[in-house]
Amino acid sequence: MNELHAGLAVFLLLNVLVGLVRVARGPTFADRMLVAQLFGTTGVTVLLVLGADPGRSALRDVALVFAMLAAIAVVAFVQLVPMGGQDRDR
Amino acid sequence: MTPRTVISAALLILGGAFFLAGTLGLLRFPDVYSRLHALTKADNLGLGFVAVGLSIEAASFALSVKVFIVWASVVLASGISSQLIAGAAFRAGVAPAGKAPPGEAP
Repeated sequence: MNELHAGLAVFLLLNVLVGLVRVARGPTFADRMLVAQLFGTTGVTVLLVLGADPGRSALRDVALVFAMLAAIAVVAFVQLVPMGGQDRDR
Repeated sequence: MTPRTVISAALLILGGAFFLAGTLGLLRFPDVYSRLHALTKADNLGLGFVAVGLSIEAASFALSVKVFIVWASVVLASGISSQLIAGAAFRAGVAPAGKAPPGEAP
């Protein structure tokens, strides 16, 4: 196991964790969707980094599928955008 | 430690730094539109540098090409979805920081 790869994967997961603060704060639906997009990209990167180690090359294919599917959540969400911008609970 | 692994490690760390910058920007920038700017740094440059770093140390050319395809599809998808999010936010009347909401008199 390559230590740099493991360290980078952990660091990226911590990044995702910090990004959750923005989901909690909002304030608009678009901010939350941005974080969802960051999660998609970071997930793909983590999979690529882990898949670079020998014996786990299948993770590269998982990353490819994630990359293909990443945009679909955003497209589906944009179809359902509530007019008015601010969330109703704010 | 061959020169190849040193260059690859440097690129991986650079990519990680761009992810950190993107996340910090997402937390600290004042409105949706500037947060989008920070996010695309993480998407394009962060993943880009990590992908180049991994390609350099990959065992074969085919693996490098696969990593490149992953990067290219993420860039394509993130470009399109950033555009969609910004457009939806604008149409829904989310105001840029310090400005009146779109469609209202300044």
